[in-house]
Amino acid sequence: MTDVHGAELAVTVIGPDRTGIVADVAEALARLGANLTDSTMTRLRGHFAMTLICTAQASATEVEAALLPLSADGQLLVTVRNVGPDESGHNGGLPYLLSVHGADRLGIVAAVTRVVADAGGNITDLSTRLVGPLYLLVAEVDLPEGVPGKLTERLAHVAGELGIEVNLRPAGADVL
Amino acid sequence: MSIEGWDITALGAGRVLPVVTAPEPVLSRVGEAVDPTDPQVVALAADLVATMAVSPGCVGLAAPQVGVGVQLFAVDVTDHPKAATVHGAFVLANAVIVEASRWRPGREGCMSVPDLTGDVKRAGRIVVTGELPGSGRKVTITTDAFEARALQHEIDHCNGLLFLDKVSGAHAIYQRKVYL
Repeated sequence: MTDVHGAELAVTVIGPDRTGIVADVAEALARLGANLTDSTMTRLRGHFAMTLICTAQASATEVEAALLPLSADGQLLVTVRNVGPDESGHNGGLPYLLSVHGADRLGIVAAVTRVVADAGGNITDLSTRLVGPLYLLVAEVDLPEGVPGKLTERLAHVAGELGIEVNLRPAGADVL
Repeated sequence: MSIEGWDITALGAGRVLPVVTAPEPVLSRVGEAVDPTDPQVVALAADLVATMAVSPGCVGLAAPQVGVGVQLFAVDVTDHPKAATVHGAFVLANAVIVEASRWRPGREGCMSVPDLTGDVKRAGRIVVTGELPGSGRKVTITTDAFEARALQHEIDHCNGLLFLDKVSGAHAIYQRKVYL
């Protein structure tokens, strides 16, 4: 969709970390007149990982071409695609926090998030870490009313099967 | 400020014990209540104090952290810059939080989760009841600020909880960059 601000584009940049990647991406977008809106960047086991949304009069192809120098050495992977405007809004759910930790094993994230999805829970933010033998997942989840009690029971069951700890609690925000 | 009837020297010299780290199962089990007058419990109290004392930056240590799943922990926030009320080095058995207020966020780490820190909301003022190892005397401790945070962290350990179970958001966990 295009409006006065242009189309919304999603850009991902992934690869080995070095200094200046964010500056390179932001400068290339600024030169095109693309307005960087929401973005997130982190390092995942040392790899640079950035996802951002920008609005631009330029097409996805033009933005991709402008970012091409970044991937010229074959190290960074850059993708650009058109995305629709934010239509998710708030689903009316209540915000909860989910912590999961235990000995690393295959399928922890799959098993836990499937239980959350089956209960109608929507994960709005998530991070996982592997440090030594310890695996940790922290997720922010919107849950429909009446669901948390039942979900806690189901999560406890999965936790027992996987030998991990699961903790679901309300994420109350104080409005000041 | 001191706890009436508490004399840490009465515990005797303790041994320095190895500290276990997550995902060690004992860290996730609810600790059993103990008899604070049991000589074995008194010896464990001395061991917790000795282990805490030799661990740089350590302001508290709970029995599950040395592999013993019971309700016993040591705390000492003496000279910590974030402390206000300070009761010195002490050990409590079967401690329970009876009042908690003035909730505020703060960053904390744990010897049993050595590679991570996290933001956790804790009460800035608490009232805790517990029993002193040795005499078995029941005490009520009112404290605040960093000592309150340390007590809540240790009482969580005694109930099988880590700070990981209470972090305030998906991005409230941090890779530790500085080790004390």
